[in-house]
Amino acid sequence: MNDIIAQVRAKIDTGQRISDADALQLFESDDLFGIGQLAADINRSKNGDKVLFNVNRHINYTNICVNQCRFCAFSKESGEPGGYTYNLSQILEKAAEANAAGATELHMVGGLHPELPFDFYLRMMATIKANNPHMKIKAFTAVEIDYFSQISKLPVEEVISELKRLGLDSTPGGGAEILCAEVRNQICPEKISGERWLEVTEKIHNSGLKSNATMLFGHVENYADRVDHMAKLRALQDKTAGFQSFIPLAFQPDNTRIPNAKGPGGLDSLKTLAISRIYLDNFQHIKAYWIMLGLKIAQVALSFGVNDLDGTVVEEKIGHDAGADSPQKLEKQEIIRQIRNAGKIPVERDTLYQQVRVYDDIAND
Amino acid sequence: MILQTIKDKLASGQTLCREDALFLFNNTGLLELGQMADEQRKRRHPDGQVSFVVDRNVNYSNICCCKCRFCAFYCDENDANAYLLSYDEIFAKVQELVDHGGTQLLMQGGVHPSLTIDWFEELFIQLGQRFPSVQIHSLSPAEIIQIAQLSDLSVTECLQRLQAAGLKSIPGGGAEVLVDEVRQVISPNKIGWRRWADVMEQAHALGMKTTATLMFGCGETPAQLVEHLFRVREIQQRTGGLSAFISWSFQPNNTELGGDSATGYDYLRVVALSRLVLDNIDNIQASWVTQGDKMAQVALRFGANDLGGTMLEENVVAATGVAFRMTQQQLIDLARDAGFTPVRRTTGYEILEVY
Repeated sequence: MNDIIAQVRAKIDTGQRISDADALQLFESDDLFGIGQLAADINRSKNGDKVLFNVNRHINYTNICVNQCRFCAFSKESGEPGGYTYNLSQILEKAAEANAAGATELHMVGGLHPELPFDFYLRMMATIKANNPHMKIKAFTAVEIDYFSQISKLPVEEVISELKRLGLDSTPGGGAEILCAEVRNQICPEKISGERWLEVTEKIHNSGLKSNATMLFGHVENYADRVDHMAKLRALQDKTAGFQSFIPLAFQPDNTRIPNAKGPGGLDSLKTLAISRIYLDNFQHIKAYWIMLGLKIAQVALSFGVNDLDGTVVEEKIGHDAGADSPQKLEKQEIIRQIRNAGKIPVERDTLYQQVRVYDDIAND
Repeated sequence: MILQTIKDKLASGQTLCREDALFLFNNTGLLELGQMADEQRKRRHPDGQVSFVVDRNVNYSNICCCKCRFCAFYCDENDANAYLLSYDEIFAKVQELVDHGGTQLLMQGGVHPSLTIDWFEELFIQLGQRFPSVQIHSLSPAEIIQIAQLSDLSVTECLQRLQAAGLKSIPGGGAEVLVDEVRQVISPNKIGWRRWADVMEQAHALGMKTTATLMFGCGETPAQLVEHLFRVREIQQRTGGLSAFISWSFQPNNTELGGDSATGYDYLRVVALSRLVLDNIDNIQASWVTQGDKMAQVALRFGANDLGGTMLEENVVAATGVAFRMTQQQLIDLARDAGFTPVRRTTGYEILEVY
């Protein structure tokens, strides 16, 4: 049991990359503390005691989606009760609220809407930027970018460059789920393939935009599927260096349609975050997304190799429709308190991981 | 180095002292503390079993004279939502418990201003007749003292009569922090720590088992928290009557005391420290009711070996807006997914079923 920890530590200490087989053995190991300590040590050498957060706001502009992913409790079909789409003035209002609350980032993702034209999204970018010139916009998963290319008949490269020209600053890492086809066929058969997700993400990176990478875990996938997923991300990162952070998302089972899937336990979540830190040697940041993990586990994860606690969020629909029992928002002071309580130094960052402010002295808050 | 000395003590089965405990709490990293507690848990429970009981809380009344500042549940007798359950209402709830295969009834109320021992005696006798398979694990020391006073009885007489009527064991509630400087701030009208300990020790002398609890995160210092653990440890040294220790964090919503909630980090450190200090208490419970299922599972690797009860009904924590629910199957899955063998137990920690 302890051999794998020693073996992996020896590799890390001599600057070697750990193999997929090593990662699989870590997942199968029961040595929670060995894995956690290794991840914590690697994180400390990369990021010291600093833990990042940002002041952001989510805007889920529509829940109407042509895909009907089985893990999703957020999407509605066109015409289904509960479906909604914000118009531009509603979006601007939320952006203005975010601005007034000191947010530096808007996080915008939505369903693949069957009727909205690509022009809607371009106007959305342009008007938000015109009204909030200092606000960074992190929007559209690779799945949405691919969809925009289909509805506009424009090549993906052109879709990205148009959005970028009008104000897109980076893209979130959603839609990756688990990249292998066997799992996607079970949980999201209509969604673009894992290969396509990687292809579009590579084009995003090639355009000069950064993105994140997610992994939805704790449904039907096995450990090998998780390792395969991370292997594909690590390989793309070698090529583009365009990923800023890796974000394991704990599956939330309520109102979803995957039989018997109950979501990962607390221990699995901590181990998965720690192993991603150990395996993804070319990622600077590992993020504990408290919306899905719960705030308590996300905070504990700061001792398991995590260095980013995401943001204040404000209005979150996707995880909460699936039964997440975390709050809708966190005050900045509460995030700072949680980070300090775990013995770390809170650092506010912006979308592009530039330091906004270090909270290293409680007297100066 | 102090840490190595402490580790050597633990490895050779020696008891920690207050200074050791305070050192661990103030100076040890989360993972190191957790690993030490996990090893102690393995030594005491090498079978890898994690236990739980099928139970129900019945809060017979929310009318309470104590009006503790940390509590969101209590009412004044004249409040619109004040209640006292009738025997029939209580029987209906216990029937539901029996229908779910339950074996433990945890009945607690407020510290009621006028209920005397006759009400409890008659209730326990009738419960025993109707539901012989259910263990009455009820009333906290503050309630027992109130009943004794209202009935002109000594604590021992009161306990003897309740025991004769069917009370088998006493839950460890109302301990909060067993340090009077803290109690004066958070629960100025409630009994002091010595009387709490005294009721428990008298119950133990009568052959009743009890548990002990800790409510942390209500403004106590690390030294006061450590003092609490040692006072519990010393009660156990005198009587051997404590079957389990349960810590939970103060839930500030809707309370007069208010303030911040303890974090996940705080909770795991307290669970781990309690396993390390309380080397004379077999069972350390994880509190999914206050921490949620994910944290309770993690606590099983930070020293806990028991998940408490299934709690078909819970009102006191729920009054603070924290309302986690779990089914028996979810508790079983939670333990199994953490690599343990789930077992259903009695109140007295006898195993009823291995899953």
